[in-house]
Amino acid sequence: MASTTHNPDVNYLNEFKGIGSWFTSLDHKRIGLLYMVSIFFFFLLGGIFALLIRLELFSPGAQFLTPDQYNQVMTYHGAIMVFMVIVPGIPAILGNFFLPLQIGAKDVAFPRLNLASWYVFMTGALIAMSTLFLGKVDTGWTFYTPYSIKTGTAATIMVLAAFVMGMSSILTGLNFIVTTHKLRAPGMTMHRIPLFCWALYSTAILQVLATPVLAITLLLIAVERATGVGIFDPALGGDPVLFQHFFWFYSHPAVYIMILPAMGVVSEVIAAFSRKTIFGYTAIAYSSLGIAAVSFFVWGHHMFVSGQSEIAGVVFSFLTMLVGVPTAIKMFNWLATLYKGNISFESPMLFALGFLFLFAIGGVTGIMLAVLATDVHFHDTYFVVAHFHYVMVGGTLMAVMGGIYYWIPKMFGRMYNESLARLTFIFIFIGFNVTFFPQFVLGAMGMPRRYFDYIPAYESLNKISTMGSWLIGIGFFLSLYVIISAIRSGAKASANPWGAKTLEWQTSSPPPHFNFETEPVVTAGPYEYK
Amino acid sequence: MSTNSHSHGGGHVAHHFRDAEHQFDSGKQGIWLFMVTEILMFGGLFVGYAIFHSLYPKMFAEGASHLDWRMGSLNTLVLIVSSYTMAMSIHHLQKGESNKAFTKLWITVVCGAIFMVIKAFEYSSKFQHGLLPGHLLDVAKTHAEHANLGMYYGFYFCMTGLHGLHVLIGMGLIIWLAIRTKRGEFGPDYFLPVEGVGIFWHIVDLIWIFLFPLLYLVG
Amino acid sequence: MGSHSDKHSGGGHHSHHIIPQEIYTRVMWALIVLTAFTVGFHYLFHVVMHGSVLAAPVAFLIAAIKAALVLMFFMGLKYDKPENRWIFSTGFIFLALLFVICMLDIFTRISETSTL
Repeated sequence: MASTTHNPDVNYLNEFKGIGSWFTSLDHKRIGLLYMVSIFFFFLLGGIFALLIRLELFSPGAQFLTPDQYNQVMTYHGAIMVFMVIVPGIPAILGNFFLPLQIGAKDVAFPRLNLASWYVFMTGALIAMSTLFLGKVDTGWTFYTPYSIKTGTAATIMVLAAFVMGMSSILTGLNFIVTTHKLRAPGMTMHRIPLFCWALYSTAILQVLATPVLAITLLLIAVERATGVGIFDPALGGDPVLFQHFFWFYSHPAVYIMILPAMGVVSEVIAAFSRKTIFGYTAIAYSSLGIAAVSFFVWGHHMFVSGQSEIAGVVFSFLTMLVGVPTAIKMFNWLATLYKGNISFESPMLFALGFLFLFAIGGVTGIMLAVLATDVHFHDTYFVVAHFHYVMVGGTLMAVMGGIYYWIPKMFGRMYNESLARLTFIFIFIGFNVTFFPQFVLGAMGMPRRYFDYIPAYESLNKISTMGSWLIGIGFFLSLYVIISAIRSGAKASANPWGAKTLEWQTSSPPPHFNFETEPVVTAGPYEYK
Repeated sequence: MSTNSHSHGGGHVAHHFRDAEHQFDSGKQGIWLFMVTEILMFGGLFVGYAIFHSLYPKMFAEGASHLDWRMGSLNTLVLIVSSYTMAMSIHHLQKGESNKAFTKLWITVVCGAIFMVIKAFEYSSKFQHGLLPGHLLDVAKTHAEHANLGMYYGFYFCMTGLHGLHVLIGMGLIIWLAIRTKRGEFGPDYFLPVEGVGIFWHIVDLIWIFLFPLLYLVG
Repeated sequence: MGSHSDKHSGGGHHSHHIIPQEIYTRVMWALIVLTAFTVGFHYLFHVVMHGSVLAAPVAFLIAAIKAALVLMFFMGLKYDKPENRWIFSTGFIFLALLFVICMLDIFTRISETSTL
């Protein structure tokens, strides 16, 4: 084995050379980086669409888009951000890279499948992008029937693209479950795996159980468009609300596919920068599984005003409240970890604390929306838009940024520029609140979401919101610069610059091809700080 | 590719597994997880069928009355035999009888082909009678009593079509296994791909076991 | 491979359970006979009795028995690890969830609107 003759200058980045060695690599670390480059690109694209939306809404009336173009821009923003950025984001980039490292494995269980899932993902993404030139799509990312089966745009291609990307998501999930079950190092019991792994594990279960239903639903949309079967078409005795049931059976758990890994990142970062054993390891670990389980029972809260029965609405409203329990357990355990910790405020920690703040707002407004009576008022207003952006962007993207800064030293063996990174946090955090907090107010005032235009009464808050989006844009472009310059010319990083205790920091930075010089033997939990 | 070529001296154990047993267990768990996704994907169609069947029982009965249960039963028997030969091929490999396994795999493929041929006859007869999904259904030609009879045939073609696609994929995989068996790549020590494809093939059989009464008999 | 002195098994891996041929043969015949039952009951209920409430339950009961045979023996779940049994049953549990809640909505919905 390579371990006996290991040269410290040889690592996974330079052991094999040439561009071809990247596209055929079965190394989970390299595949993680393939995902990173592609997802960053899609994030840029989705972000541009977001800026266009805000720019159009800067003033009432048409600015530079027609109403049809606005619907398309909104659809692409949603579809790209959901299917190509946030759903694959943390599991495919950071999960691929760090799940095996954190449990002391040499790779994921099925390396070929892992590479295949990247190719499948890229195929789906390219099919999705092809719609930009083949008639565009204006259904919104939810493909609600009956509009999606009637629209003349390229919706069929888009649903097939989402189907293909769903397959990629399933393969990643399947791989991670088996990896977690079977490839843990000696002594690495389930109760010693880092909380990030618990989060990925719970996410993977959701990916495997929920995505197939989305797959068949999307296929049915395609069939419906081709032959008009009528399953979702009321004119033929079908039921458009049934589409929403099938769709949200996937897409509500998918919301947790998006947020659970972010929670995992936050657990790691908070423990590392408080230099303290995490409070309530078991509670946080099992609350991940708890959130995953509960997520399957609450999908109907997306449908309170869709025409589902009142009884179903009441049942879903009660069940939705349950999500608050495991989520709050996590929140309180993170706060308890901070308490009397030896805290330092490097940028990963800033992003993690930003996560706590924004996710709390996103979560609590979620409870407001879970209440049947208030939701009837808030439904389909900007209140909902603000709510899920606080969770998806304020939660997930903050964790992505924090996680990337936290792990850049390990991934590339180089440090990033700390003061610039803090500056990105300031831009993103402030910009985010300036953009989305006014949207809560706009929603409460009754401004409907997805509309191309609005009445003049909403103008000033919309102007503030659009200006905030520029701050976020600057923040992310700056982050891109910080990341690239760290990779190109950052100072050399030690094996464990943060003094963290999890296993990935016990190997060199960047790690060797097979991750560890010798197979690690684990004798303690992941957060045994003195 | 060079990253995974760490198998030692004729073994098939990838570098990140402890031993063959470890690799077999992991692979098998992956296959079972994949089967879960198959169940849930087909399950979505079954749930849709159940809902609309309970909403429009008469329309579904009319649709089913056009199907020939003899064809369905024959196909059921064909798939049962193919499942048997598939299972037997693993049995033979485990005992090191790779020639017998090779034959059994080919019988399985032939059964799959017979299934598809029978299916093709059924489909072409449906096409001739204008029994097509959705708005393609020829109401005048079929003398449909229910205006939305196309929905039944939507379910019929989606369910049997997706199932047939799985049969085709399964046949392709089994041919690949047969070739590898001929090359002597499988034996008592290593037969995980055969085991995996076998489970996939049985799932295809399992789904047909439910499709048959659902579409042809209960209707 | 690296040293795995920490683990019990050194060289050979213990052989997998080989399911005897007689069991496979018996299962196949059982499945064929059950298929004949399905068809026979169908004939009884539809041709002789011209429809019966029992038709669907009987057909699906037989299908469930057949499925169980395929799962246990052909797919070898009877001899497999418990965790694989758990994994596979999860699929059915969540499918049932989808089914029950969709039915709950659709049927409570219809009874409410039909009173109008």
